[in-house]
Amino acid sequence: MTRFIDLTLNGISTGAVYAAVALALVMIWRATRIVNFAQGAMLMITTFIASSVIGSTGSYWLGFAVALACGLVLGAVVERVLIRRVEGGPPLNAVIVALGLLILLEAGAGMIWGNTPRSFPPAFSIRGYQVGGTHLLFAPNDTFTVLVVFALAAGLGLLFLRTQLGLQMRAAALAPEVARLLGVRVGRMFTLGWAFAALVGSLAGLLVAPSVFVGPNQFDPILIFGFTAAVLGGLDSPVGAIVGGIVLGLVLSYVSGYEGASLVTLAALVVLILVLMVRPGGLFSTTNERRV
Amino acid sequence: MTAAVALEVEGLTTDYGPVRAVDAVTLAVPEGSVTAVLGANGAGKTTLLRTISGLVRASGGRARLDGEDILGMAVEDIVRCGLAHVPEGRGVITELTTEENLRLGGLWRGADAAAVDEMYTLFPPLRERRTQLAGSLSGGERQMLSIGRALLCRPRVLLLDEPSLGLAPIVSAQIMQLIRGLAAERGLAVLLVEQNARSALSIADRGVVLNLGRVVAEDAAEVLAADEGLRQAYLGF
Repeated sequence: MTRFIDLTLNGISTGAVYAAVALALVMIWRATRIVNFAQGAMLMITTFIASSVIGSTGSYWLGFAVALACGLVLGAVVERVLIRRVEGGPPLNAVIVALGLLILLEAGAGMIWGNTPRSFPPAFSIRGYQVGGTHLLFAPNDTFTVLVVFALAAGLGLLFLRTQLGLQMRAAALAPEVARLLGVRVGRMFTLGWAFAALVGSLAGLLVAPSVFVGPNQFDPILIFGFTAAVLGGLDSPVGAIVGGIVLGLVLSYVSGYEGASLVTLAALVVLILVLMVRPGGLFSTTNERRV
Repeated sequence: MTAAVALEVEGLTTDYGPVRAVDAVTLAVPEGSVTAVLGANGAGKTTLLRTISGLVRASGGRARLDGEDILGMAVEDIVRCGLAHVPEGRGVITELTTEENLRLGGLWRGADAAAVDEMYTLFPPLRERRTQLAGSLSGGERQMLSIGRALLCRPRVLLLDEPSLGLAPIVSAQIMQLIRGLAAERGLAVLLVEQNARSALSIADRGVVLNLGRVVAEDAAEVLAADEGLRQAYLGF
């Protein structure tokens, strides 16, 4: 029973990270109908930047803040410089551009920071809470992970649903042409959408880095899990991304705990295939006729 | 009486690849008046509107709004010059609520809640539907919503693309009267594209008949409506 509780708590904590990556992918999908395959590489870059800042200043929180800020800027720059040229074109063009960016960033990171993975400090203690005589597989840092992901998701929800900027961003994503006719600066909204998404992505990188280490290719699995979570939730639904992330985190935690860690990636693949077979629109699909 | 010309189009030409969709169209819409653009399917009516509002790039000609050249400007900037375009199919964003759709119209100029409220006074049925998704509205309500939203942009020139499409005849007649009233009371210059030539001409001051992108007739509405040959050849009534 303790094992089950341990695995559940651990699943929620890792699931929160997948949820953040999924949210980043969903936000970009909603805004520009592009699956950002470079998301993993983008958050790798910002986590490396955090690692350098922490290394030279000794302040975790300064590194944390700088990484999030760099995420915002990186997202905006990627949209303006690269994605703007393929928006509205054939979907394959965007996929190729994203993959190209992925390769470029991973190669560039290797040249700048080297290919050997380096450790990354957690925000809080990773010693599990003590209950009775034993330590749970859930530490203060996990509490932080879950809370910060939910807080950011709630903040973005408020931004989209309660502010004028959010209304314009939703309109730009749902009906770009109509939005332009109403004076919405649609290009600017897309840039902002990418910036916010990359911010969420860089948060995920910071949260997961202590357990996967920082290296040019260390975050590739995170993108796969995040993508699976996003598809699980319906790719179009931010709430679905969060739920999909947590569900996937739990499933993978049970698989890892009861069957062995080597099966985790395979299990994610099985989940992905099952969702696509049984409910291709995802758990939260409401508008599967939107793709025209 | 000579009202100032709000919208002036001169030799406007639009090509879709090798196809000339709009061919050297010239027209002028004075403020406070309605000009109907008539013609069969594929005559270039919708493309004409889309070119004026900047959605489609022109290959030649001029378009002026209150004397200011708007051709080549970004759609978002043309809106800021005082042009509102209600597109074909009304352009209601069905995933947003009625209120959100309305608010969008005035956001660029920082319109307040009072401006939105004014639209509810103009279109009372929308007030009851304010928190409902626009996708749940009837055709007539959607048309009110899209016109109300365009009015919140506070335009000088209003482009309407087939406002009566898919509406019951009585609702369609109400919308036409509303358009007439908007031009008269607010001094709007309205360029109205309609398939239903008879009802459009009944409220328009002037009419322009397009065929294969070219203006084939241009005159006062009652003159066009009385022209037997034109009616049989192009207007279908």
